[in-house]
Amino acid sequence: MSSVLYDTPGPRARRRNVVLSLVFIALLALLIWWLWQKMDDKGQLKWDLWEPFTTGQAWTTYLLPGLGNTLKAAALAMVIALPLGALFGIARLSDHRWIRVPAGAVVEFFRAIPVLLLMLFANEFYVRSTDIGSDERPLYAVVTGLVLYNASVLAEVVRAGILALPKGQTEAAYAIGLRKGQTMTSILLPQAVTVMLPAIVSQLVVIVKDTALGGVLLQYSELLSARSTLAANYANVIPSFIVVAIIFIVVNFTLTSFASWLEGRLRRSKRGTGTVLTGEDVEELNAAEVGGTLSTGTGGGI
Amino acid sequence: MKLRKVTAASATALALALAVTACGGDKDSDSGSGGGSKIKIGIKYDQPGLGLKQPDGSFSGFDVDVATYVAKELGYQPDQIEWVETKSADRENALARGDVKFITATYSITDERKQKVDFAGPYLLAHQDLLVKTGSDISQGTDLNGKKLCSVTGSTSAQNVQKTIAPKANLREYSGYSECIAGLQSGAVDAVTTDDSILAGFAAQDKYKGQFKLAGLKLSNENYGIGVKKGDTATEDKINKALEKMVSDGSWQKAVDANFGPANYKNEPAPKIGQIVQ
Amino acid sequence: MFDFLEGYDVLGAFWMTVKLTALSAVGSLVWGTLLAAMRVSPVPLMRGFGTVYVNIVRNIPLTVIIIFTSLGLADIFGVTMGASDDFKLQGFRLAVLGLVAYTAAFVCEAIRSGINTVPLGQAEAARAIGLGFTQTLRLIVLPQAFRAVIGPLANVLIALTKNTTVAAAIGVAEAATLMKSMIENEAQTLAIGAVFAFGFVVLTLPTGLILGWLGKRLAVKR
Repeated sequence: MSSVLYDTPGPRARRRNVVLSLVFIALLALLIWWLWQKMDDKGQLKWDLWEPFTTGQAWTTYLLPGLGNTLKAAALAMVIALPLGALFGIARLSDHRWIRVPAGAVVEFFRAIPVLLLMLFANEFYVRSTDIGSDERPLYAVVTGLVLYNASVLAEVVRAGILALPKGQTEAAYAIGLRKGQTMTSILLPQAVTVMLPAIVSQLVVIVKDTALGGVLLQYSELLSARSTLAANYANVIPSFIVVAIIFIVVNFTLTSFASWLEGRLRRSKRGTGTVLTGEDVEELNAAEVGGTLSTGTGGGI
Repeated sequence: MKLRKVTAASATALALALAVTACGGDKDSDSGSGGGSKIKIGIKYDQPGLGLKQPDGSFSGFDVDVATYVAKELGYQPDQIEWVETKSADRENALARGDVKFITATYSITDERKQKVDFAGPYLLAHQDLLVKTGSDISQGTDLNGKKLCSVTGSTSAQNVQKTIAPKANLREYSGYSECIAGLQSGAVDAVTTDDSILAGFAAQDKYKGQFKLAGLKLSNENYGIGVKKGDTATEDKINKALEKMVSDGSWQKAVDANFGPANYKNEPAPKIGQIVQ
Repeated sequence: MFDFLEGYDVLGAFWMTVKLTALSAVGSLVWGTLLAAMRVSPVPLMRGFGTVYVNIVRNIPLTVIIIFTSLGLADIFGVTMGASDDFKLQGFRLAVLGLVAYTAAFVCEAIRSGINTVPLGQAEAARAIGLGFTQTLRLIVLPQAFRAVIGPLANVLIALTKNTTVAAAIGVAEAATLMKSMIENEAQTLAIGAVFAFGFVVLTLPTGLILGWLGKRLAVKR
C-alpha cells in the first residue's frame, strides 16, 4: 500500500535493510534481556507470584466475573449508544435550525467532559431520583456515562458517514419522490451503516477500555477492580497488572481484527456507492477514539 | 448489497450475542434489599485481615468475623448473609437508601459522618501507623522527613503526614494499598502509612510474612464503628448488645488474634460501647 | 454557592492539567510521527514494530499504562526520569511518559490516514526526481499529510486533555486528584463535579473550535 513511497529495494538496499533489521533485533533482544534481568532482580519472576494464574479459582472468583462485568457494561453501552448516536447524528444534519443547533450543543458538551465525571454525575442522579438498588446502580451509572460520551462520538461517526455518501443518492431519492424521512431511512442510513461498521466496531474497543473507569470512584467490579481484589489476596500486584493488560489486549485485538475483517468484506463488496469512511471524512471525529477507522481509508490510494 | 446485509446482520448478531451472554452471566442479582431471610452487610473486598474476598469466594477478616457474629445475634445464620462491597465513597449512600443493613468496613466514627449515619460500637480502636521493612530504623514520625512514604491518594493518613507529622517526607500516592505494599517490598518506598489494622492485615499475609513490621506509632485514633441507617436506633442497640457479648465471651479477642496475630500487632483492648477516643 | 471552593487550589490543579497536556502533546506528536514513518518504511522489521506497538498500546486501558510507568518502570526498572528522590516530579514526568506512549499510537494512526490522503502522483513525482524514502516522506508527503489531519489531531488533543485525569492514579496533583480529595472532604459531590466539568469544557471546546477552523483553512484543496 505504501510501497509507492520507495523503490523496490535493489541488492544494496536489501543488504542495508538486512543490516538495519539485525541492528533492530539486537537492540530489541538487549532490551528484553535487560527487562527480564531487572524483573528477576526484584523477584517479580518468582513462580509463586504467577502460580495463582494457573489455578482455576483465580479465574472463577476474580478475573472471569470481572471480565464478565466489563463485557456486560460494554455491550449494554454499545447497544444503547448506537441508536442514540444515530439519532443525534441525523438530528445534526436536520434542515431545521431548532433541531440541528441543540443536537450539536449536546454532542459537543458530552464530548468535552471526561467520562469519569459523567459516570459520577449519573451515579448521583440515580441515588437522588430513582430507587435502583445498590446491586445495579454502579452498572447503571457506568453504562449511562459510557452511553452519553460514546453516543456523542457515534453521532459524529454517523454524521460523517452520511455526509460521505455521494450526493447523487439523495438527489435520486428526491427525484423518485421520496420524502426527507424516507430518504434518510431507506436510502441513506442503510448505506451509511455499512460504511460505518468498522468505525463502530472500533468504538467498542474504547468502550471496553473505558469500563475500567467504573471501578475508580463507583464500586463497579469490572476487570481492573477485580484485579485489585486478586492482588490483595495473592500479593502479586505487578504480575496481576500484566495479566489484566494481556486480557484487555486479547479482547480488544479480537474486536479490532473483527473490524478489519469487516472492512475487508466491505471493500470486496464495493459495488453500489462503495464508500468507506476514511480519515478525511471523519475529520470531525475524535480520532483518538476511532483510531482503527482512520487507518482503514480506501481513499487516497498511496 | 446482499453481502453487505450479511455483514451488517452478523455484526448485529455478534453485538446481541455479547449482550445476551454477558447478561446471562449475571446470576447473583436477586434484588430487593433486606427482604426475606437474607441480611445484607457492607464490607471491603480487598483488605487482607479486615475484609477480603478469598479465592474460593468466601470472605475473611476481622470486619467479616465481627459482622458474622453480630448477624448471628440478630438472628441470621452465616449462610443467610449476603456480603456487599462498599467502597469508601459510597458508604453513606448505601446506608441511607437501605441497600445494606449495616456496614463493617474500616469505618471510622467522625463527626461529619455522624451527621449522615449512625454508628454502633466502636468495636476496634486503630491508630495511624507506619509499616516498614524488618530492620528499618524508622521509629518515630519525625524520622520520616526526607524519607519515601506511600499512602492512598487523598486519604486522611496522607493529609496528616503532610500537615503535621512529617511535612518534609517524600510522599507518593497510589489508588490502592496493595500498590504501596508492592513499592515497600521492592524498596521504592521506605514506609507505608495508614491505620495499623490495615497494615497488620497486609503484614500477616503468607507472602509477606516476616518481611515487614509495624513501627508501633499512634499517630491518630481511629474508632471503627458499625454504620447503620440514620435514626435506626433499634438496630444500633441490638448491634451494641451483640458487640458487648462478643467481647465478654472471648470471641472478640479470638478474632483479633486470628486475623492480626501473625503481624505482631499489639491491639488495644476492646473499646467500650459509645466511648470514642479522640 | 461556590464557597466550598475555599481552601482548594482549583486553578493550580488545572494548571497542572494544562502542563501535562502540553508536554504530552508535543512528545506524542514527535513519537507518533516517528511511529507513522516506521509503519510506512521500507524496512520490514520497523513496519512490524510499528504495527505491534500501536496494536498493543491502543488496546490497553490508559490507567494500566500509567500505573505501570510508576510501579514497573520506576520501581523495577529504575527509570525514574532523573527524579528518583522527588516523587512529585517523578510522578509528573512518568505521567507525561505514559501519556506520550499511549497518545502516540493514536497520533500515528491519524498521520498514517493522512498519508493515505496524499495523491499517488505526489509520491511518484518525488521518486521520479530522485528523492529517497526519507526525503519523499519529509519534504513531500508529511507536509501535505499533516494539513489533512489537523482535524483528527485536534480530537486526539482533546482526548489527551481529558486523559490527563488518569494521572491521578499515580498521585499527580492535577484536576482529578483535587476533585477526589474534595469529594472525600466535602458534601457537595454534584457541585464539585460541575465545577470540574466546566473546567474541562473551558479547556477542550476552544481547542476543538480553533483547530477545526485551522484545519479547514489549511486543508489542501484538491
